[in-house]
Amino acid sequence: MALPFITLLLLCQLAGEVIVLATGLPVPGPVVGMAVLFFGLIARGAIPADLRATASGLLRHLSLLFVPAGVGVVLHLSLLVDEWLAISAALIGSTVLTIAATALAMVGLARLRGPAGPGSDAPGSHAR
Amino acid sequence: MTGDFRGNWVYLAASPLLGLTVTLVAYTAGDWLYQKSRRNPLLNPVLIAVVLLVGFLFATGIDYQTYFEGAQFVHFLLGTATVALAVPLYEQFDKVRRSALAILGAVLIGSATASLSAVAIAWVLGASRETLVSLAPKSATTPIAMGIAERLKGLPSLTAVVVILTGILGAALGPPVLNLIRVRDWKARGLAMGVAAHGIGTARALQVDAVAGAFSGLAMGLNGLATAILLPLLYRLIF
Repeated sequence: MALPFITLLLLCQLAGEVIVLATGLPVPGPVVGMAVLFFGLIARGAIPADLRATASGLLRHLSLLFVPAGVGVVLHLSLLVDEWLAISAALIGSTVLTIAATALAMVGLARLRGPAGPGSDAPGSHAR
Repeated sequence: MTGDFRGNWVYLAASPLLGLTVTLVAYTAGDWLYQKSRRNPLLNPVLIAVVLLVGFLFATGIDYQTYFEGAQFVHFLLGTATVALAVPLYEQFDKVRRSALAILGAVLIGSATASLSAVAIAWVLGASRETLVSLAPKSATTPIAMGIAERLKGLPSLTAVVVILTGILGAALGPPVLNLIRVRDWKARGLAMGVAAHGIGTARALQVDAVAGAFSGLAMGLNGLATAILLPLLYRLIF
């Protein structure tokens, strides 16, 4: 991980926080920081190799970064016990619905924009 | 050998070094088990690490605040990692430009489905207001979801827990659900995993197919953005 690019990531994060504080945007600072870096990359037109290495080093261990927040479950054990049915039904139900809705929407919208296959599909045909 | 084991323990238990070290040890153990089980989605390394650490806190009587003084160094990097997501997003920018409208539409539909269905199901089953607000951003990646929960006066630490549970569930349920509805296109499969199960779903998609992984990462970023912008607006309309 190259130090200048860790510094760049932190600067973008800081810029994001400053923008949120100054404007009162209802978006977390790091998300704005991500947008700052994204538009910076578009303006530059390429990704420096060391930035790619730094970012992928950080993202390779992305799931480790969730652990300390996950241990926060100890603070809410009684709430989870009281509302376990509502919470688990909501999580399982909405996860299944979200996966199905997103995938079907993507397939449907892609077909709507351009039936890319040879031979025209009749509208509403069930492509397999 | 010092006879003052108790005194040393009290010193160590309060030091950030202990919280940081046990976090890395627990995650390493979780990842080892996950690899050993040939990546069984039920043995998710985050889940194993959290279970081990909760057991450790109960066994030692260390409270969460003390633990977090060490673990915060890991937690802090979530914000920086969020910024770093701009890099894969930019890398895929050219690849996805062609189906940009379909992607945007699908992410918006998925993002709305995730929040509204979770809140509706929990509301019907009598969940409290705090729980409802904490559930709403559950499909966004943790730093985004916690930030939203904080702004909407939910419980950010409860949100973190449901976000992580959602990721584990999505990684496990995603492939069978997608097979059931007969979606075979890797772009659509990846997109669905990223919207429903953020980074944990993306990690799973990357193992299966490179295109699915790329679209999952993109979907995670876009869904995070969509959730961060739309949810506070929706909240203002509803409450």
